[in-house]
Amino acid sequence: MTTWFDSAADATARLQSAGYLTDDATALTAYLAGALGKPLLVEGPAGVGKTELAKAVARATGAGLVRLQCYEGLDEARALYEWNYKKQLLRIQASQANSRESDTAWSETHDDIFTEEFLLTRPLLTAIRRDEPTVLLIDEVDKTDIEVEGLLLEVLSDFQVTIPELGTVTATRRPFVVLTSNASRELSEAVKRRCLFLPLDYPDAERERAIVTSQVPGLEDAVAAQLVDAVVRLRELELKKAPSIAESVDWARTLVALQVGDLDEATVARTLGVVLKHASDQQRAIKELKLAAR
Amino acid sequence: MSLLDTHIGFVEALRAAGLSVSLAEGLDAIGALEKVRWHDRETVRAAYAATLVKRQPQRVTFDAIFDIYYPRLIGSGVAGDGLAPGAEGPPDTGPELERFREALAEALASGDQQALQDLAVEAVARFGAMPGRGPGLSSWSAYTSLQRVSPSELVERLVQGLLAAGVDAEEAQRLAGRRVGVFARLVEGDARRRIAEEKGPEHVVGVTVRPTIDRLDFTAARRSDLDEMRREVYPLARRLAARLTKEQHARRRGPLDVRRTVRASMATGGVPLTTHHRPRRPHRTDLVVLCDVSGSVASFAQFTLLLVYALREAFSGVRAFTFVDDVVEVTDTFRPGADVVDVMEQLAASISHAALWGRTNYGRALTRFAEEHGDVVGPRSSLLVLGDGRSNYSDLALPVLADLAGRARHAWWLNPEHARHWGTGDSAADRYGEVVPMVECRNLAQLGEFVHGIV
Repeated sequence: MTTWFDSAADATARLQSAGYLTDDATALTAYLAGALGKPLLVEGPAGVGKTELAKAVARATGAGLVRLQCYEGLDEARALYEWNYKKQLLRIQASQANSRESDTAWSETHDDIFTEEFLLTRPLLTAIRRDEPTVLLIDEVDKTDIEVEGLLLEVLSDFQVTIPELGTVTATRRPFVVLTSNASRELSEAVKRRCLFLPLDYPDAERERAIVTSQVPGLEDAVAAQLVDAVVRLRELELKKAPSIAESVDWARTLVALQVGDLDEATVARTLGVVLKHASDQQRAIKELKLAAR
Repeated sequence: MSLLDTHIGFVEALRAAGLSVSLAEGLDAIGALEKVRWHDRETVRAAYAATLVKRQPQRVTFDAIFDIYYPRLIGSGVAGDGLAPGAEGPPDTGPELERFREALAEALASGDQQALQDLAVEAVARFGAMPGRGPGLSSWSAYTSLQRVSPSELVERLVQGLLAAGVDAEEAQRLAGRRVGVFARLVEGDARRRIAEEKGPEHVVGVTVRPTIDRLDFTAARRSDLDEMRREVYPLARRLAARLTKEQHARRRGPLDVRRTVRASMATGGVPLTTHHRPRRPHRTDLVVLCDVSGSVASFAQFTLLLVYALREAFSGVRAFTFVDDVVEVTDTFRPGADVVDVMEQLAASISHAALWGRTNYGRALTRFAEEHGDVVGPRSSLLVLGDGRSNYSDLALPVLADLAGRARHAWWLNPEHARHWGTGDSAADRYGEVVPMVECRNLAQLGEFVHGIV
């Protein structure tokens, strides 16, 4: 069994070297998820680094990343495994063409078409069958239907998948599982019970500045401070979508591209579209922060 | 108390406060605690939080209970032991009080969290003690502490300090208010800790822990709670909308679409492996909302209106009317993509139009509605009345409401009061309830459930 991180401090250090700045709770929970071998459910608004956390864990531990992107209508065939029907049909037709004595041919074919050769593994099964250390990222799990959650239960608690024709496939090495959710729907108790829960929220000003400067190297310190200050003030307003870390980083990139040396009100007003994506949010920000309208 | 007893008591208290902590999760927590070091209280808190709290709104409750079961310090702590008898004069008035207020002003100005925490402990120790006659009868009061210190007087000073530091006026006010709020919460938390120490944690948990924001009664909400609730409305609408599309999607599988199925089967050699179905048409209604906006229930009506409008895609049309004793239409206030704060201000302004004499009069309001806007209620529309049904003993105009309800496809009455108060005093909720089905809707959770049910 792999040890993922030695301690919370180790997790902080290694995630940082992988380019992900954590706070104490995040590092501790990531360490616990590895140490207890439990999946990690990360919940928070869009753009606070939920998916990035999984990628950073993979980078920090040198593990491979297997990603299952969830969406409405995701089913077993796309999440777990699927039999390659077309190939199976071809196989049956080929065997029928070869021999006319259907009885023996059929029993052979029947054994033949449910083997590895005709199995298409999908992310969940792939992650479980891998021999190398693996980080399994199940992204936006709240977008799926309830039935898919049921499907996840066996994978999340026992790290095994049952294929009726082949038997049960058990993980040789437990993957580090990260589930992310935007909380657009309440997940079932059964899934939550099996996971460690980590709410990610907007970072405090100091950490945000560290993140922005580490992500955007060309940014001057003074501008970074002004930027973080502005973003914090924007978050205090009643907005439909408050700017998240991803937006601050985008904003920083914009400012670097525009070669802005000082984030004054005119520049804020001009580049507001990078951080606020609703027309009413922009109007509110201009009004509340008393920016000159464009 | 042994460590295990504390753990079990803690988990029990969480369950009592409405967090569903299963046995397996309790075991997980112990497993997690074995893996971390206990020298840091925040580590223990984070380990517990990761394993036991599975819903972000519950975090506040969890923190409050954690602070009671795993207190920050015992008594006044090591540093505070020297404080007992003041060197000059009594410990809680005169120069000592002055000195304390100086220190507090300084800490507030610098925003130093650690200093504020220490001062909160000191405030409760100095000013909040309520000595009892015997052991176990003494208590601690956050209220008394705050009254003596009166940090609100310090706000002005703090604002001046911030202005001098180059912060603009509005920002300074807000910052000062927030810091004093933080201090008040710290004092409340410390008083809880003291009481828990004196009487045992299980006595404190039940009375001091507030319900989470989505279970908080509209009528019992403080001003700050209302702001927080307003922030919740939009996410709630988003969650509801996501749920609705998903459910409509699930129900959408109509009759078999033979043509598409056969065409798709070409790819698999004529074997129809997947079937295709015709979608069902979603069914949408007009919604007519009639809200009582008199003082007692105004906030409830606003939340409901905001939520209904955030979900307006689910209806073919929404008309909104507000009343106190006269009716005024406010549909125009809600433009698509309108700013929440503006909407609230316009709604507040419309209240003055909805009142002739300023006393709630359901009978008059309903009659006026039927006269002026009666035509908006028809067989394709649903009528939603919001209010507590407290009509100051005036005429109820029951036949008018019965007529409106009869004309509409559906009619509901949402009441923000607990069902046991219906029909008490001047409440006509029970009598209106005979005409229109009355639904109790006291908090955001119930409101969300109801709105989900009708669309």
